[in-house]
Amino acid sequence: MATRYFNDLHNWLINEEFSSTRQARLHKAYVLWLNLIANPLAFAGFVVVLMLVLIATFAPLLANHDPILQDLTMALKPPSSANWFGTDEFGRDVYSRLVYGARTTLYISILVTVIVAPIGFAIGATAGYLGGWVDTVISRVIDSFLSFPAIVLAIAVTGALGIGITNGMISVGIVFSPQLARLVRARTLVVRNELYVDAARCFGGSTPRILWRHVLPNAIQPVIVQVTLLLAAALLAEASLSFLGLGIQPPDPSWGAMLARAYQNMEIAPEQMYPPGLAILFTALAFNTLGESLRVALDPTMKRN
Amino acid sequence: MSISQTSGNAPAGARAALGALRKVTASFAVILTTLLGLLVITFVVGRMVPADPVIAVIGDQADHETYERVYKEMGLDQPLYVQFATYLGNVAHLDFGQSHVTKNPVASDLARVFPATLELATLATIIGAGFGIPLGIISAVRKGTWVDHLARVVGLLGHSTPIFWLGTIVILVFYAKFGLIPGSGRLDVYNEGLVEGPTNSILVDAILAGEWEVFRDALLHVAAPALILGYAAMAYLSRMSRSFMLEQLRQEYVLTAKAKGLGQRAIVWRHAFRNIRVQLLTIVALAYCGLLDGTVLIETVFAWPGLGQYLTSALFFADMNAVLGSVLLIGIISIAINLLSDLTYRFLDPRTR
Repeated sequence: MATRYFNDLHNWLINEEFSSTRQARLHKAYVLWLNLIANPLAFAGFVVVLMLVLIATFAPLLANHDPILQDLTMALKPPSSANWFGTDEFGRDVYSRLVYGARTTLYISILVTVIVAPIGFAIGATAGYLGGWVDTVISRVIDSFLSFPAIVLAIAVTGALGIGITNGMISVGIVFSPQLARLVRARTLVVRNELYVDAARCFGGSTPRILWRHVLPNAIQPVIVQVTLLLAAALLAEASLSFLGLGIQPPDPSWGAMLARAYQNMEIAPEQMYPPGLAILFTALAFNTLGESLRVALDPTMKRN
Repeated sequence: MSISQTSGNAPAGARAALGALRKVTASFAVILTTLLGLLVITFVVGRMVPADPVIAVIGDQADHETYERVYKEMGLDQPLYVQFATYLGNVAHLDFGQSHVTKNPVASDLARVFPATLELATLATIIGAGFGIPLGIISAVRKGTWVDHLARVVGLLGHSTPIFWLGTIVILVFYAKFGLIPGSGRLDVYNEGLVEGPTNSILVDAILAGEWEVFRDALLHVAAPALILGYAAMAYLSRMSRSFMLEQLRQEYVLTAKAKGLGQRAIVWRHAFRNIRVQLLTIVALAYCGLLDGTVLIETVFAWPGLGQYLTSALFFADMNAVLGSVLLIGIISIAINLLSDLTYRFLDPRTR
């Protein structure tokens, strides 16, 4: 029954004789998806991200301890059958904290996307579409931000906004959005000279409407790629900020904060450096592979070979 | 263009010189506005701090009159634009205020810690460019072979590894377990203070003084953090130089060179490489700026007494003058490096002349 349904869906999506614009759009997305999944690296990246989502969703089922429950009699125990990755200096189970840390990672990823994508798109598209002095001013501001090392700026902004994960990620978002804005601006410069944009203007379309209805759909591809790559950068930035004590605050579990704790106790329990570090490494690797593969799959010059 | 129209009867040489002057002026205008933007950012960040700056100076035990007096002394009763102008004036005189923690002027603190960072970042850039650019070029020339795949894996890993974590793992394995590298800091205790030189870079000063034992020790200390940072730079540089090279190899002149029977080595190094030199220079400059970022974390891990460690400890004690001074210094250096690469670009690339 289900296989039959999926077969029909596949046939409907792959069919090139479209009966509606919706079908045509879904067809395009579906073909892109098939291309992406055919690449083993991208598939591996996708699986890791899917696992992250599943682990974050079902964390209470997967964890075998309360991640924030302290038990000082159990402090800094080596790995055992009860505590698979050992315990930290407050006797909390490292494995359970790692599992719950996946939620933080997901939260960071969503938060940064929600901040970076609208800001980057709005600023970039406005500058590219309006041109003139607006473009000059915005481009200068973008350059000022980009001439700054990102983490240092994020540290300064976090210092000003106040320490905490949400503030930390807002500053990371502010720091990363100029990169996206520059990309969108470049793409908008191309799109705004297209005939359909002229046509929309002739029909009296307002600037916000043209940006939303015509520029956005045609500038979205580099945005998707850039946001995927930004997820990895945001994860590493969160780890860095938490490592310096500016990110997530105790007792909530995050991989970066776990690394910071493990670093403090490196002489007694060096093995605790590995689980959170590897978790960050593999997740960032998955985001980066997905982003790279998406870039290749979306690049029109790469097609046909 | 407009120059040649307005001064149509001027001699060609003068016209070209005028055009060049105009371009240089324009790029300086860009630098100035970027610098101004940077100063606005640090000023705004400094004013957004939730902690009361007056209480940070006098402590929360002081009476109301002292508070009022210090409040006025710090110029906080002035309108914002006056405060900003004062801030600009101070920065122009290299006055970043006093650090609450070290009790020194921030500028002299920065002068003390910065050479250590510069030494580390420079060495890391040399390592990153020395390995990354050849790797990128070879993987472009041998696209699709195992070299290319290796380069991609190296690059992806470099982009995905938290470098401070890599730093601690290196300390765990190579210092704690095998004892192959010395511990943290710039020198072993018994070599401390042996060389006092003009450059404040221990490596250079030791060479100048002929203290080879100190040089060896300093080199061993800098090796691990420089290699880790260099790896991060290498990941970026190899990826970029690969795509630059691929673009060149698609050009028609490469086909011509091949047709006239030129060997691959000559095509790649004598023709294609010459054309990407300028782009490479730009990304090496960018990588250098990025490394100033990376040092903040790696210095904390390796207890390297540089700008990064100064910045993070200042942050820990809410010492905003020191934080903003460090941030401003890093920003100014980034702008300076960008300017330098821009000027070299104009000098090397005949199309921009």
